[in-house]
Amino acid sequence: MSDHHHHDDDPIGEHDRPLSGPALRVKALESLLVEKGLVDPAALDELIDTFETRVGPRNGARVVARAWVDPAYKQRLLANGGAAIAELGLAGRGEEIVVLENTPKVRNMVVCTLCSCYPWSVLGLPPVWYKSAPYRSRAVIDPRGVLKELGGEIPDDVELRVWDSTAELRYLVLPERPAGTEGWSEGQLAEIVTRDAMIGVAQAAVPAGSGR
Amino acid sequence: MNGVHDMGGMHGMGPVVIEMDEPVFHSEWEARAYAITVAAAFHRKWNIDMSRYSRERMPPARYLAASYYERWLFGLETLLVEQGLVTATELETGCAEAKAGDVSALGASDVATFLRNRRHARLDDDVAPRFKPGERVLTHNDHPVGHTRLPRYARGKRGVIDRDHGVFIFPDTHAMTRDKKPQHCYSVRFAARELWGPGACARDSVYVDLWDDHLDAA
Repeated sequence: MSDHHHHDDDPIGEHDRPLSGPALRVKALESLLVEKGLVDPAALDELIDTFETRVGPRNGARVVARAWVDPAYKQRLLANGGAAIAELGLAGRGEEIVVLENTPKVRNMVVCTLCSCYPWSVLGLPPVWYKSAPYRSRAVIDPRGVLKELGGEIPDDVELRVWDSTAELRYLVLPERPAGTEGWSEGQLAEIVTRDAMIGVAQAAVPAGSGR
Repeated sequence: MNGVHDMGGMHGMGPVVIEMDEPVFHSEWEARAYAITVAAAFHRKWNIDMSRYSRERMPPARYLAASYYERWLFGLETLLVEQGLVTATELETGCAEAKAGDVSALGASDVATFLRNRRHARLDDDVAPRFKPGERVLTHNDHPVGHTRLPRYARGKRGVIDRDHGVFIFPDTHAMTRDKKPQHCYSVRFAARELWGPGACARDSVYVDLWDDHLDAA
């Protein structure tokens, strides 16, 4: 069968090697499903392209930046995350999203201990570490240890809330706006909002050497 | 089921390692495994809860050794055969014995709409909540052999209703018999010390989304 999915580069040279293991099984299964008329290769390409090029953490960063500059928007976002996200033209409407606000005294951190639930519409597909056994096992029993390991130790007097995503609700952390960003545009602010800050394992920060 | 997928609180899994500049997919096959899984769900032969349960049934040693999309592939192959879209022989040989009957596959132009709607679990049913925010609850100490969204670490524990999310499909029955069993879903707050003992930080808490059928008044 033809190769429906093209990358411009192929850094690990996988196209030059014979397929084995899961690669072979997936290829055989796709071929079977196409032959049976159960999947359309064009739809597969579109599904992949959606998350490789259009839907990812930049979407969530726009939401956070808007909430930082527009207090009324922030209130709507905290009251009904999905509806407020849809206001920005992002595909939040189909996903029930609850936004959790970090403050100087409260930090939020999101996990899915049972599988890999993650707010696809605003963060894209989850990174490997979020789906990994170390994070899923430790985030609930040793969240402070996890944060310390990731370089974001939090003081004892800050309350830490861990949210285990066990329902069809997705959690997005609204990080604190860092000091030193007064007067920044929404676009500039969105640049410093990282995926990990919106999962709650990091904070938004002004990059060292930022020329502002 | 008390499977290895229910990882909250386990020890020995190692450090959390964040990959810098991680690609969305690490290889071509991962992208295709993700896409055929989502596209196959378009036929509505199974629901999201059945999908999760299919992955949970991967034998535990294999589950732990597998990468993420290998688990997806296992779950997809399981569902395709169980729900009759593909025969076991077809899966083994890779050759179609017959075209699927009167079905139309997800088209490229329907992808955006399908992604938006496929996980809708909120229901309009008029069901009264059993609990109100602020009320104390005790979670069931149940160990069902089937699917459940009540993690082991939160069973038989005392918590407080933080917020009522409204009426949702109950995944525990939806995965097993497709019974939606409409009921309220809540964020339940557990003190970290209730879950993990006196060594946990007194300030900290874990919030778990649970349903009326998981809870009793405390």
